[in-house]
Amino acid sequence: MSTPNHHAAEHQPTTHHPSVHSEEENYLTNETTIQSWLLTKDHKRIALLYLVSVTLFFTLGGLFASIVRLELLTPAGDLLSSEFYNQAFTSHGVMMVFFFLIPAVPAVLGNFLIPLMVGAKDLAFPKINLASWYIFMIGASFALVAVLTGGLDTGWTLYPPYSSTYSQSRVVLAVIGVFVAGFASILTGVNFIATVHRMRAPGLTWFRLPLFVWAHYATSLVMVLGTPVIAITMVLLFLERVFGFGFFDPAKGGDPVLFQHLFWFYSHPAVYIMILPAMGVISEVISTFSRQKLFGYSFVAMSSLAIAILGFLVWGHHMFTTSQSAYTGILFSALTFLVAIPSAIKAFNWTATLYKGSVSWETPMVFAFGFMGLFLIGGLTGLFLSTMGMDIHLQDTYFVVSHFHYIMVGGGVMGYMAGIHFWWPKITGRMYSNFWSKLSALFIFAGFNFTFFPQFILGYMGMPRRYHSYPAEWQVLNVMSTLGASILAIGYLLPACYLTYSLFLGKKAPANPWGATGLEWKTASPPPPHNFHETPIVTTEAYDYQSLPLSETPEKVGVSHV
Amino acid sequence: MSSLAASLQHHFADFKQQKESVVLGMWSFLIQEVMFFGGLFVTYVVYRSQYPVAFHDGAAQLNAVLGGVNTIVLICSSLTMAMAVHSASKGKNGGIAFWLILTIIFGSIFLGVKVVEYKEKFDHGFIPGIADHGLTVDHETHKPRPTGFALYFALYFAMTGLHAIHMIIGIPILAILAINGLRGKYGPEWYTPVEMTGLYWHFVDIVWIFLFPLLYLIGAH
Repeated sequence: MSTPNHHAAEHQPTTHHPSVHSEEENYLTNETTIQSWLLTKDHKRIALLYLVSVTLFFTLGGLFASIVRLELLTPAGDLLSSEFYNQAFTSHGVMMVFFFLIPAVPAVLGNFLIPLMVGAKDLAFPKINLASWYIFMIGASFALVAVLTGGLDTGWTLYPPYSSTYSQSRVVLAVIGVFVAGFASILTGVNFIATVHRMRAPGLTWFRLPLFVWAHYATSLVMVLGTPVIAITMVLLFLERVFGFGFFDPAKGGDPVLFQHLFWFYSHPAVYIMILPAMGVISEVISTFSRQKLFGYSFVAMSSLAIAILGFLVWGHHMFTTSQSAYTGILFSALTFLVAIPSAIKAFNWTATLYKGSVSWETPMVFAFGFMGLFLIGGLTGLFLSTMGMDIHLQDTYFVVSHFHYIMVGGGVMGYMAGIHFWWPKITGRMYSNFWSKLSALFIFAGFNFTFFPQFILGYMGMPRRYHSYPAEWQVLNVMSTLGASILAIGYLLPACYLTYSLFLGKKAPANPWGATGLEWKTASPPPPHNFHETPIVTTEAYDYQSLPLSETPEKVGVSHV
Repeated sequence: MSSLAASLQHHFADFKQQKESVVLGMWSFLIQEVMFFGGLFVTYVVYRSQYPVAFHDGAAQLNAVLGGVNTIVLICSSLTMAMAVHSASKGKNGGIAFWLILTIIFGSIFLGVKVVEYKEKFDHGFIPGIADHGLTVDHETHKPRPTGFALYFALYFAMTGLHAIHMIIGIPILAILAINGLRGKYGPEWYTPVEMTGLYWHFVDIVWIFLFPLLYLIGAH
């Protein structure tokens, strides 16, 4: 490419705005039958299948959360029986963790974007990608049947001996659901690993990759190394409950704490399956709307790998109050502190990227700022909990509930929302309302803090999790929390309205509405079925805003003030 | 050769890229398998170190001769699998089918022997939750079994069962490859499916190489 003047830049085939009706067919319009969706091998369509599914499960999980918060409006357990309350919080946890948070960013945004970002026509294994969605849906169906017929009341952690011996609820169905859905995650991870290693466009070296790709690469390692362990743990629990194998039954010489070790060996790294991809989103958004190269690129990339590795060494911090030895606890405590380092590296580098950047407050950026604030609080309260003496006081209280919601919702879901808003024009070819989307971000941020900050105080005062009644003196804070949850719910309902509206009546999106770097912005919105008309050749590092043509700044494109 | 050309998927530039991707994907999948079995091996380590005597007694109940024969059968199946891959790399389509069918036969012998062994355990009442009368009391001496004896058999069935399931999944795949081989779908440029299934089959064999001593030989003197 010779040095183009501004007019020439506007006429490059890769940046021109496709007129959607006539000449250019895209991945949404090239085939329209139901069959073409259900049997698609196009990673972009599979991402949308996942989008619809996880939105459904998020809604269901949200409904159960609302029921829980309504019950806790009053000190007495008056709205629900204690049995149904147990089912409500368990269903909330199972739906949100296994069927929303874990697939949300990787299977929706990762699926859609990784081939585009590495300049490939598809993921390495398109059929396996489609299979992963079906496996996910089969697993989800088992869990749904468990939740909707007779419920599950063990908590999402499924601890024996309650889950293996005493619970009268649908444990077996739920265990099968978690087992099956795990393989969807593993296949997604395998697909990403092969794609990032072998499908990169010419010139796209490892250290030119967008940090979103690095984050997903690290996530894939966790998926491939961690998920099989929860799968085998579910097998053991199944054998225990159905045939009485005795692995976790002290009467037969087994040990229930072994279950906790195996469970958390996956389920702690699983937190990083939820948060790492969201961090990848934040890196993209922050650099785009600061119009700067991301500060400390290689440190941010390596910190993703460091989090993935360290994440496997800290599971014992969930078990400080079990029979685990105090010396083991000290080791786990120290290792847990170490995870704070790569997380802090990311947070400081994002902040440093803002410094002397040209910061604009587009919707994805507002969500990203929300992420930074909430993740910061979530991360720092994690240090309280990894301190053993402190944890004895806080174990199983609302402090823990609040902490992990700050990470998983404040971090994971905020990152997901930032990503959905950032790439919505690319995915759908439409712009959404700036006003309503910023309002949604504000409602979510405010509502979230209103809901969960009081829970830190409640937990510190000793309110235990998983009870449906509590002493009257804790009512004020619980009422605050429930009110906040209502604001949060409005914040989550708004996108359902304005994003749906944008699909039909939104302004047509140009190829690169934010003036961002990255290969995904070099192709049309929505992209053609095979992503690129010609395989792109990469000649610069990621986030090279200095040499971006003037025509690709948001002002010139003219959508930033709509 | 036209059926061979159809094996190159549209999103790959050439067979080399396709092969590299598939090989990497397969190794990632096998690492996943290691972790999957790993959970069971950890459980084994925990309980064997806690109940060494009971595990010794449990292992003494197994038929080490049958286990040994099966080990040899499985190693033979690995050899025939390797020969199938070799035939594929030389473009000998008949050879692929021949060696794969031999592999299937060895695999089936292994599973047949396993059925005999399971039947024996069933008769002695060593299957937790299904036929467990022998797990609490020794019917010959009327002495109670030591704590952990039942756990040994729980692990025996979980581990060998999971291993057998992997073989049962592998055998139809071998059959499909044999048919594809006869249809000329592979050639020296593209025989990666045979090679990858070989990796899977060798992996399953290696799991057995660990299971055999851990389950059968710890009771020997």
